[in-house]
Amino acid sequence: MQTLTEKDVLSIQPEIEKIAAQYGLDYFPIIFELVDYDTMSQLAAYGGFPVRYPHWRFGMEYDQLSKGYRYGLQTIYEMVINTNPCYAYLMRSNPLVDQKLVMAHVYAHCDFFKNNYYFSHTNRKMIDEMANHAIRVRRHIDAHGLDTVESFIDTCLSIENLIDYHSPYIRRQAGKKELEEAAPRKAVKKLRSKKYMDRYINPPEFIEAQMKELEKQQVDHRALPEKPERDVLLFLMEHAPLQNWQHDILSIIREEAYYFAPQGMTKIMNEGWATYWHSTMMTEKLLHPSEVIDYAEHHSGTIANHPGRLNPYRIGFLLLKDIEERWNKGRFGKAYDECEDILAKKYWDTAAGLGRQKIFEVRKLYNDITFIDTFLTEEFCREHKLFSFAYNKSNKQYEIESREFKMIKQRLLQNLTNLGQPIISVLNANFQNRGELLLQHQFEETELDKNYAADTLKNLHAVWKRPVHIQSLLEERPVLWSFTGEEFKQTWISGN
Amino acid sequence: MLLHIDNDHNRFRQIIKGKIKENLRKYISRGEMVGRKGKDLISIPLPQIDLPRFQFGDNGRGGASQGDGEPGDPLGGDPGDGGAGEAGNQPGQHLREVELTLEELAEILGDELELPNIQPKGKKEIISKKDRYTGISRVGPESLRHFKRTFREALKRQIVSGQFTYERPHIVPIREDYRYRSWKTTKLPESNAVIIYMMDVSGSMWDEQKHIVRLETFWIDTWLHFQYKGVITRYLIHDAQAGEVDRDTFFSVRENGGTVISSAYELCAKIMQENYPAEEWNVYAFHFSDGDNWSREDNKLCAEILREKILPKVNLFGYGQVESTYGSGEFIDFLDENITGFDNLVLSYIPDKDSIYDSIKDFLGKGK
Repeated sequence: MQTLTEKDVLSIQPEIEKIAAQYGLDYFPIIFELVDYDTMSQLAAYGGFPVRYPHWRFGMEYDQLSKGYRYGLQTIYEMVINTNPCYAYLMRSNPLVDQKLVMAHVYAHCDFFKNNYYFSHTNRKMIDEMANHAIRVRRHIDAHGLDTVESFIDTCLSIENLIDYHSPYIRRQAGKKELEEAAPRKAVKKLRSKKYMDRYINPPEFIEAQMKELEKQQVDHRALPEKPERDVLLFLMEHAPLQNWQHDILSIIREEAYYFAPQGMTKIMNEGWATYWHSTMMTEKLLHPSEVIDYAEHHSGTIANHPGRLNPYRIGFLLLKDIEERWNKGRFGKAYDECEDILAKKYWDTAAGLGRQKIFEVRKLYNDITFIDTFLTEEFCREHKLFSFAYNKSNKQYEIESREFKMIKQRLLQNLTNLGQPIISVLNANFQNRGELLLQHQFEETELDKNYAADTLKNLHAVWKRPVHIQSLLEERPVLWSFTGEEFKQTWISGN
Repeated sequence: MLLHIDNDHNRFRQIIKGKIKENLRKYISRGEMVGRKGKDLISIPLPQIDLPRFQFGDNGRGGASQGDGEPGDPLGGDPGDGGAGEAGNQPGQHLREVELTLEELAEILGDELELPNIQPKGKKEIISKKDRYTGISRVGPESLRHFKRTFREALKRQIVSGQFTYERPHIVPIREDYRYRSWKTTKLPESNAVIIYMMDVSGSMWDEQKHIVRLETFWIDTWLHFQYKGVITRYLIHDAQAGEVDRDTFFSVRENGGTVISSAYELCAKIMQENYPAEEWNVYAFHFSDGDNWSREDNKLCAEILREKILPKVNLFGYGQVESTYGSGEFIDFLDENITGFDNLVLSYIPDKDSIYDSIKDFLGKGK
């Protein structure tokens, strides 16, 4: 096969773009670039951006991606980033049929970036922003040395996941309350009494005690943070004793973490959506008869079922197809839900024809959690042989746990919650009244990895500069892990 | 497009080699990239640095997946990060997995662990003859007729003699056009190797230890199969007595008896003497145990057998000591102190799964 030139590939873009528009996809302008595998690996290592700040972990990603390609373990077909205009990179060596498929795939991704609610807050000029970050970090390196700055970045990356993934979409606190000092000092409520009776109805000792109680409440109320704070990075930026350059680096890491977060939150939907559209566009419009077999092979590879793992491309694609069918045939609403006749349900078709409209609505409003929660059905689980698995402690292996709909859904949602990471918040910045930092792990079934936690606490200490603690559950008992600055300690918290 | 990843990449390689940033050394692990060989998923030993985070422990996290099976059936392989929707923060990359051949695996291993190629012992080379159907002949049985060549000859003849017309492209071969496949005999020098694996299956070797041994033998097999044309593998197990078993039994059996290592060495020496003369064979012997032997007397006996009967005849004798809660683990020290002067004896201590690749490097890094 002849190598395709840039012109060959780009000449098919207008056709694909036209078809995408006809289907109602709504995208940013897309700029395609053909790159060789080495450039592709570099770009992928940088998360798709041409310029990032210097750090070894990009080198590590590159090491793995380029070797993965060289050893034939994996191929990156395409890389697309959420910016306006949207940049997409294609692998130069791929045959034309793959390029067509991938370009169709990219148009759907871009439509998703533009329209899905969870991307609405992201910075569409992120290429510039990333470049700015690089300049800022380089400036800090010039001033403070590579080792110092790099080590601090390592530290920040170790706590990078402690952000509040939902904070861009909601307001956790209704504005800042006025400072307590400004509020008038509260007085103890007295019972009404004639003056001469006052000292009997409201005895001074009692008032005194009430007063103390009130003061104590006020002090407690001033606890920092007032409510557990999920955005640990923000809290550290505001309250940790950081130097200016450290503050700047922490803010860069945090900004980038928030930028990438929606991609983690919509992995299944986004890949499902893109797969749905490349399959629709290819089979209905784009495919040349001579390309059918190559297309089929590529597509089946994309949605292949890997044992033991759930392929987001596959599950997203199948669920969207399922939704489309249900809304096309009117299989929703009260009448359908309450129907008990299995046969009637099986052949239910009101010719509602709302499928396409529905999936466009879904891509606008849902993220993976709400998507699975709303649209995963018992029939779907049965048809596609979903099961839940769990770890069997007695023989130390993962086993199929159940094929019950409830269990499957629960496991899926569990793994998606907080991007599959433990939920951790700042509980108290003045723990034991000694300015120590107390974090809380909101325990749900699974324990934290102790070794990792110990090392993470150490990194956290490097930022907070005072002892740091995290409370969690170990072997079903409340436990407090601490790093004092010298050593890691484990204390059981006595119950009450 | 101009990118600056080289600096980052160099920095990463330097950290891996331990030249800079010592504090990150403890986070270096190997084997995250997954390849496929037949039905099995295999981790490829690529180095990576795993910065610590608050994350869930390995054990206990369930998930959902797709496929056949009844509740209670074990899952094939470790679900790893599997579950649903791995929390990737990478933009839309589109990856696929490809199956690996043995050769590719071995090359990767060689690359990553910087293993030297093995120099077979310069002893008697076994020449094998092989017939390969690479030639063409004018005579031969009809079953070996080369259709394409035959038609090509016919076409040539018809064009030359002017019988061929584009309007009626009929090509009819006649007797002289017929071509047949024929063979050529090639002589291949071949070096043969035999691997003798020995394992302690006494009560103190648990599944975890055996899993480590299994991975070690997998990579050793891969490498030696890559280096030699014909490789024979023998498996010996021992507790207080030694015996030969097949591969499946080797990894599954467990005995409760004590441990007399010399029994295995004795058997190994006997097998070598009877079947694999050192002049004709490249012999590799590996022994895995938790280092807990029955008695000092037996330790001495082991050293004697090694010195006199085994080490002079093998390319390599590897002893891998796997960490176990029960074993006293003194055997490795004993060997280290009592056998000197043999550079084909390699001792390797394997405390956990992460050390497997280092240990393979110990074993195979000498190019023997």
